[in-house]
Amino acid sequence: MEQLTSILSISLGAILINNFIFSQFLGCCPFLGCSSKVDTAVGMGLAVTFVMGLASAICWVVDYYVLQPLSLGFLQTLTFILVIAALVQFVEMFLKKSIPSLYSALGIYLPLITTNCAVLGVVLLNVQNNYNFIESTVYGITGGLGFLLAIVLFASVRERVEFAEYPESFEGFPICLVTASLLALAFMGFSGMKIF
Amino acid sequence: MNIKKQFRDGLITNNPVLVQLLGMCSTMAITTMLFNGIGMGISVLVILTCCNIVISAMRKVIPNDIRIAVFVVIIAGFVTIVDLLLQAYIPALSESLGVFIPLIVVNCIIIGRAEAFAAKNTIGASALDGIFQGLGYTIVLTIMCIIREFLGSGSFGKGLINTVGGVIGTGSGLQIFPEEFGAKLLTMPFGGFLTLGVLIAVMQYALRKSKEKKEKKEKEGVK
Repeated sequence: MEQLTSILSISLGAILINNFIFSQFLGCCPFLGCSSKVDTAVGMGLAVTFVMGLASAICWVVDYYVLQPLSLGFLQTLTFILVIAALVQFVEMFLKKSIPSLYSALGIYLPLITTNCAVLGVVLLNVQNNYNFIESTVYGITGGLGFLLAIVLFASVRERVEFAEYPESFEGFPICLVTASLLALAFMGFSGMKIF
Repeated sequence: MNIKKQFRDGLITNNPVLVQLLGMCSTMAITTMLFNGIGMGISVLVILTCCNIVISAMRKVIPNDIRIAVFVVIIAGFVTIVDLLLQAYIPALSESLGVFIPLIVVNCIIIGRAEAFAAKNTIGASALDGIFQGLGYTIVLTIMCIIREFLGSGSFGKGLINTVGGVIGTGSGLQIFPEEFGAKLLTMPFGGFLTLGVLIAVMQYALRKSKEKKEKKEKEGVK
């Protein structure tokens, strides 16, 4: 029961209260880069969710069974980024062979996930928060779902903003950032929410 | 070499944050007080310069197909060094930047400059590029910190000024107006997005104006 409560509160926290983008600023590059269309945003969000869940699980195992017994904690950053890079490569190869339609839909975004700070961020946060295997995996997946929610919301707003009138200097990136700031303001409404 | 051009590029015309739009995550996340901004800026400056030098020195040895992987390993090495040094000597900074120090590994500025500059240029030029791009990043962070800290909580230089016994990170800063009058929102994520958006808009405005001026001058010269 206790496990269930902790999983529930981790999920709620990762998706709404401490949303990776709107309250922790992790994964802003793809968030701003791949959100001009809702379709690509959904693809990117799903790919990131998948990689984040898998990376959390694998990195927890690597950390617990390899790095900690050998007291190589200082190699964490280096090891995790290598694990993530290898993982993304494998996912890419696997998708290419078995689900080519999804592979072509994701296109260039797949390799870019390696340098998404949300992925490395979630892995480092798992270690920092001392999560166990299940909690880590859940945090990874729900963090990814939070990212998906944020990027889809943002892409839908952005499609509309394109037709709006705004000062010339705000063209391109600045207006996106202002839009994102308003979304962040909306997400602030979730802060302070608690389960049980 | 054209040091002057590199200097201008790094600080203004090709500023990593405001013009190239790299490294947004850390820029928005940690700029809540001056102490964080300067600490982060200098860390990135050091790492960027070291990585640029090493990558530039090895540019003829690294096979083209796996260059990104090699870059990432080199960067991760330097980030680990800086991370451990900060934990040992400036624990307050390490604590307040938290996960964003190890996350410098995936900061697009470093891998971007490695790919776009260090992999093609000599060691000297790459070192200078690292220093100037790092300075450009630090300056943007500093500006954002000053704006957000001043308007958000009415103080200046929290952690750096009025330190207790000279230990960095313990200072209370200068309180310019009472904290309860500050726009608290600006120190929250909302303020990060908004401040950066407005700063980039100002930069685009300035760049456009200077371009128009140049074109006008050229036209008059032709006449």
